[in-house]
Amino acid sequence: MLNIGQIEEGFVLDHIKAGKSLSIYHHLQLDKKDCTVAIIKNAKSDKMGKKDILKVECDIEEMDMDVLAVIDHNITVNVIKGGEIVAKQELTLPKEVKNIFRCKNPRCITSIEQELPHIFILGDEAKGNYRCKYCEEKCTDVIGDNFLFR
Amino acid sequence: MRHLMSPLDFTVEELDKLFNLANDIETNPKKYAHSCDGKKLATCFYEPSTRTRLSFEAAMINLGGHVIGFSDASCSSASKGESVSDTIRMISCYADICAMRHPKEGAPMVAASKSRIPVVNAGDGGHQHPTQTLTDLLTIRSLKGRLNNFTIGLCGDLKFGRTVHSLIHALERYDNISFVFISPEELKIPDYIIEMLKEKNIPYKEVIRLEEVMPELDILYMTRVQRERFFNEEDYVRLKDFYILNKEKMALGKEDMLVLHPLPRVNEISVEVDDDPRAAYFRQVQYGVYARMALILTLLEIDIDSL
Repeated sequence: MLNIGQIEEGFVLDHIKAGKSLSIYHHLQLDKKDCTVAIIKNAKSDKMGKKDILKVECDIEEMDMDVLAVIDHNITVNVIKGGEIVAKQELTLPKEVKNIFRCKNPRCITSIEQELPHIFILGDEAKGNYRCKYCEEKCTDVIGDNFLFR
Repeated sequence: MRHLMSPLDFTVEELDKLFNLANDIETNPKKYAHSCDGKKLATCFYEPSTRTRLSFEAAMINLGGHVIGFSDASCSSASKGESVSDTIRMISCYADICAMRHPKEGAPMVAASKSRIPVVNAGDGGHQHPTQTLTDLLTIRSLKGRLNNFTIGLCGDLKFGRTVHSLIHALERYDNISFVFISPEELKIPDYIIEMLKEKNIPYKEVIRLEEVMPELDILYMTRVQRERFFNEEDYVRLKDFYILNKEKMALGKEDMLVLHPLPRVNEISVEVDDDPRAAYFRQVQYGVYARMALILTLLEIDIDSL
């Protein structure tokens, strides 16, 4: 079995759906950071069978946790200080997200109005559905085509 | 300051107040003839719509106010690339209230967020057309005397028709309404509306032929079935007659049934039906003016009794 060492200061994202860690790496813009990141794919998990894990050596305050919540709010976030887990951060779906998704509706005003923020409102919390504030079009693919940072 | 973006922006109680005002305007038009003296309505129509624009303009003129505006994007600074946000900031300096139609969905909401004057959504793409819904509700309430306890049939293009979707959302707030959806398979009501009705235990049924359900309807809301919505010409030719209202189909309806249509009508209501006392679609146009008059007074916070 492959062993990855502990991190001293930073956070660990656990219970990521197997195969999704790279996409989260990009959506959190970790590729633009200078810190150490370990991407663990297909680790064994009692709960999930297989899971991915991300270990990131940087201050969690620098991360946009709203982005993570909308991608998958079932991910466990462990905050690490001095090599120990000091807190577990709950991810809750934000009621409103700004400039995380872009509206794909070609008839939406966001397609032509200059510098208009792309705002989505949480509709059905159980299903995690977001709709564009302006045209009410559903965001169909949160980590795919709708994502603004792609 | 309030705007009107969606028919659900007003509570049922606020709508009641607005409709009472509209009915008072209908009964005593002279009383309101100078209620907007010195006020200006800007009609900002980025796409042509003669009917809605003229209705707004007639409403403001009936109240003693004036109208400025444009009726096509090519006549406005939008053709020079001006944003909606900038246009409304400018309009706010010229007028007291603005009615905006725009082909882009959500444009009036963007305008409202930057505006110093009330903005009314006069239709934004396929999204909302709240003053049509106010018109539909006022017509039903005025001619039926109530907005509850009836069966309404919605017939024609139920898939793309924004007026139909808005009307369903507005009516589901009232008690004991049943819906009958009459459309070809290709133009069925969207799933999300069916899901909403199921969740709220609101009775509905879906049928293909209008004749089947005519006897049970208190209101029949007709819409146009457009040729271009069909995948092939054969289906269109086969189905189109199911959705044409004529004397024979009217004979199956209740004596006090109402026929409504957002207009323009093409051929889905035979001209022979126009003289039937149950045909209410031209009276509906008149109610559209009263509804818009009441809306202008409400959004400008003009209380006629305090003038």
